[in-house]
Amino acid sequence: MEKTTLFDKIWDAHVVKSVPSGPDVFFIDKHFIHEVTSPVAFLNLETRGIGVKNPSRTIATPDHNVPTVDQDKTIKDKLSRMQVERLRENCAKYGIELHDLGSAHHGIVHVIGPELGITQPGMTIVCGDSHTSTHGAFGAIAFGIGTSEVEMVLATQCIMQSKAKKMRINIDGIAGKGVTSKDLILYVIAQISASGATGYFVEYAGTAIQSLSMEARMTVCNMSIEMGARGGLIAPDETTFDYLKGKKYAPQGEDWDKTVAYWKTLKTDEGAVFDKEYHFDAADIEPMITYGTNPGMGIKIVGNIPTTEGMEGSNKTSYLKSLAYMGFEPGEAIKGKKVDFVFVGSCTNGRIEDIRSVAEFVKGHKKADNITAWIVPGSREVEKMAHEEGLVKILEEAGFELRQPGCSACLAMNDDKIPSGKYAVSTSNRNFEGRQGPGARTMLASPLTVAAVAVRGEICDPREVFQN
Amino acid sequence: MAYDKFTVLTSTAVPLPTDNVDTDQIIPARFLKATERVGFGDNLFRDWRYDVEGNPKKDFVLNDPTYSGKILLSGRNFGSGSSREHAVWALYDYGFRCVVSSFFADIFKNNCLNIGVLPVTVSPQFADKLLEKITANPAETITVDIPSQKITLDSTGESESFDINEYKKDNMQNGFDDIDYLLSMSEEIDAFASDK
Repeated sequence: MEKTTLFDKIWDAHVVKSVPSGPDVFFIDKHFIHEVTSPVAFLNLETRGIGVKNPSRTIATPDHNVPTVDQDKTIKDKLSRMQVERLRENCAKYGIELHDLGSAHHGIVHVIGPELGITQPGMTIVCGDSHTSTHGAFGAIAFGIGTSEVEMVLATQCIMQSKAKKMRINIDGIAGKGVTSKDLILYVIAQISASGATGYFVEYAGTAIQSLSMEARMTVCNMSIEMGARGGLIAPDETTFDYLKGKKYAPQGEDWDKTVAYWKTLKTDEGAVFDKEYHFDAADIEPMITYGTNPGMGIKIVGNIPTTEGMEGSNKTSYLKSLAYMGFEPGEAIKGKKVDFVFVGSCTNGRIEDIRSVAEFVKGHKKADNITAWIVPGSREVEKMAHEEGLVKILEEAGFELRQPGCSACLAMNDDKIPSGKYAVSTSNRNFEGRQGPGARTMLASPLTVAAVAVRGEICDPREVFQN
Repeated sequence: MAYDKFTVLTSTAVPLPTDNVDTDQIIPARFLKATERVGFGDNLFRDWRYDVEGNPKKDFVLNDPTYSGKILLSGRNFGSGSSREHAVWALYDYGFRCVVSSFFADIFKNNCLNIGVLPVTVSPQFADKLLEKITANPAETITVDIPSQKITLDSTGESESFDINEYKKDNMQNGFDDIDYLLSMSEEIDAFASDK
C-alpha cells in the first residue's frame, strides 16, 4: 500500500471531486465565522437569493473588533457595532450558533473552538482568518480563507482549492530552561524565513513537539502562516485525547471510544515522502525575539541584529526600511532596548497556560514604571479560570491591567492601540508595520519573555530575571 | 461575486519594489469595518500613502502622478500575512487588475483569483527588468495575455509565460466565480456529505 502522510489522509478523504486541470472541490467539516470577514459573504448570498446550506457546521463569535472593556454596554464605535450587530442578525436569520459578547463561551474564535471540543482530529476546518492554522494542533487540516470562500462554505459547505505541497518540520531533543513553544516556532520561522513554507502544508513532528501540551502545540501551529504555510498540523496522541475528553462538543460515552480508535489511525505512515523536510535540535534554541517587521526577522535575545553583509538590491532596501521603521541599527544588540508596552494575549498566546506562566513569574514583582502592561484573556473561560486560580490578583498586584476577551492589540481594530513610535513586546503573531496601531513598533516573544520585560522595563533574557 | 472579464490587458504599470508587502500594509485592519464591499480603494496602502493627518506622502508611488495603470509591479512575497480579502478588494477598487511579482503569498493569490485580479508570477530576473524599465520610463506598457498565458514588455517584445490552471483561466476570461460551479454540484456534495 502507498505510504501517505497525515495531511494526505485527511485531505483525500474530503475531496468531493477533482476538477480536471483545476482545483479540488473540498468538503469542510467545521466553519468558524467572526464579524469582520463574514458580512459581505452573507450579503452576497442574499444578492444571489440563496441561503446557508448547513448552519450546524458553522459557529460564530465576535472577536476581531470588539472592545475589551465594558463589554456589557453598547459598543461605542459605530462601525464595529454595526459589524457585530450584522453578525447577530445573520446568525439569527440562518440559525447559526453564536457565542456572543458576554456569553459563557465568548472569545477569540481559535481559542473557543478547541475549548468547546468543536475542533477534533481528522476534521477540515476553515475560517476567514489566517490563524485558523491553530486548530491543526489537534491533527486537523485547518487554514484561513478569504471572504469569497466564506461565502462558498456557507452556500455549499465546500471550497475549491488545490492541494498544497507537503513539508515536515522535525524538532527533536530537549529545549533548555526558559525556552517555550513560542521560542520554538519563532526560531523555525527565523531559520526558514517568512515565506519559506509558502505553497506547503506543514506537519510538525519530533520528540520536542510530542512533549508539548495541547496549548503549546496550538501556539506552534498558529504561527504556521507566518512562514507562508497554508497551515500546520500535529498528529493526535494521548495528549490530544486527554485534552478533548469531556469537552462540551467532544464525543461522549461509547461514541468516545469508537472515535478515539479512529483518531489513533491519524498519523503519517513510516516511509511516507514529503516534498521538503527540515530537522532542528531543540537544544540549539534559546529565548527568541523579533527585531523587524515580519515574523521571520527573529533572533535569540542574547544575539545581535544582523548586519547587511551579503544583502543586495530590493532585499537590502527592504531590510533597511524595516530597521528604520523599528528605529534599530544593523549589528546592534537587542538586549537593553527600552520598551513602553507589553501585551499578553491573542490566539497565539492568550490561553490559560500562558496567563499562568506570566503570573507565576511576576508573582512578588512589580512591573517597571515605564511599562504599560495589558493582559487580554483569549476567552471568557480563560478569564474565569484566571480569576478562580488567583492569577488575576497576582497580575494586578504586579501592575498588569486585565482586560476582557478579544483579539485586542494583536491587530488593534478596537481602541487597544500602541501609540506611534512606541515599543511593544507582544505575545501575538505579527510584527508588521502598524499592526498594533499606526506607527507602533512590535517585537514578538514568549509570555515568559514578556513577563521578564515587564519587570525590567527593557529587552532582557528571562533566564536572567527569573533564576528559578 | 461576478467581476469584469479579463482576457488581454495592455497597460502602463506602477512600480512598488518592496519585498514582503503584507496585507496589513495593503489595507490596515482599522479599515476593515465595512459591512459592504465599497470604498476600499480609498484606503489602499493607507499608512504608506497618507500621514497621520491624512495628507498624501509625496514619496509614495501612488501619490506620484508620473506612474499609473492597471498593473502593479511588486517585490518578492507580496500579500503575506492576514487572509483578508479586503486587500484584493482595495486593489481592484483602486483600479488594479493585475499584480506582477516573483513570489506571492498563498492565500492572497487564491483571493485574487476569486475576485478577478490576476496574480502573475514571473522569474526574479524578469520582475527586476520590468521594474527597472517601468521606473525609467513610465510610458512603457506591459501586455498580460490570459489565453496565451504570456506577459510581454511591449517596447522590446521580451516576454515570459506564466502559470494559471485551466479552470481559473476559464473563470477569469468569463468573469465567473466558484459559487456557480459549486452550486451546480449540489447533488454530488449532498451525497458526499451524507456519511460525514
